[in-house]
Amino acid sequence: MGECIVITSGKGGVGKTTTTANIGAGLSLRGKKVAVIDADIGLRNLDVVLGLENRIVYDLVDVVSGNCKTRQALIKDKRFENLYLLPAAQTKDKDAVSQAQMKVLCEELKQEFDYVLVDCPAGIEQGFKNAIAGADRAVVVTTPEVSAVRDADRIIGLLEAAELRNPKLIVNRVRHDMVKRGDMMNIEDITDILAIDIIGVVPDDEKIIISTNRGEPAVATQSLSGQAFRNISARLDGEEVAFINFDQNNGLFDKLIKLFNFSK
Amino acid sequence: MFDLLKFLSRQESSKNVAKERLRLVLVHDRANCSPELLDLIKEDLITALSKHIEIDQDGFDIQITKTDASTNGLPALVANIPIRNMKRG
Repeated sequence: MGECIVITSGKGGVGKTTTTANIGAGLSLRGKKVAVIDADIGLRNLDVVLGLENRIVYDLVDVVSGNCKTRQALIKDKRFENLYLLPAAQTKDKDAVSQAQMKVLCEELKQEFDYVLVDCPAGIEQGFKNAIAGADRAVVVTTPEVSAVRDADRIIGLLEAAELRNPKLIVNRVRHDMVKRGDMMNIEDITDILAIDIIGVVPDDEKIIISTNRGEPAVATQSLSGQAFRNISARLDGEEVAFINFDQNNGLFDKLIKLFNFSK
Repeated sequence: MFDLLKFLSRQESSKNVAKERLRLVLVHDRANCSPELLDLIKEDLITALSKHIEIDQDGFDIQITKTDASTNGLPALVANIPIRNMKRG
């Protein structure tokens, strides 16, 4: 019996879909059998991030409305063994699926897969409710910006109201140089405010854009962001992994600045 | 060099500005409870307290505000309840 994890954020554009794709691929690299569901009906995106857009025949709405068998709609990723995608419908709207249907679908997939990841749409309406309906755990993605953290706070409240306790936080697009000079909130600032456990920090990395251009998850590449996503996958999978220290270029000059920087 | 300039100009770092703005906006968001709910809480408090003390209902005031840093900036229910008389026995 597997586990269903929803990846959500409230605010759009913080990297939910990229995170879902990379964690899905990351868990499959660890030998797990993974299904990723795109619950963003009408705004299908997980397929292009994973590079599987040309292989879609059936979608989520076809499955829940009984037009096809679940197995027929699942697209097998050829590069990652044991990674399957259930794409969203592009022409329907968010009301084409109900919470009860999502619950049944997640239960069914959990019989066969170790992990079922649900990519949640932005917002707090029906699409969000559908996406969390079958979830056992939740991961909240945010960026170090006031708007994104505010929305994350709202989402954490809604998740707890829906009995999804102890959601885990991913802080995406962290620019260590800006954090260092005091122009970006650091991880501690954010976890202080949100009062939830952190499960990963992903640096702002142009490799992510390059990977997404090619439709290849960055988790399989040699890059800081790739390492960050491998670590997140491992932690979700129950392994304890130390957080990456981004403060590696700690030369004499940096130390001097730190010494004289009383503003911190 | 940049840090030195900033230090000299004594300008608060933008991250601290962001953090403070976020704290304030979240106090407001988290305390988003309706006046009806506050009234219900008030009624219940009066009923419960009246068993033991005589309170001044006109001076009764409850509100949701920000707490200090020791409680992580969580909103708190602050009640000001003037006591007319302690009931004994």
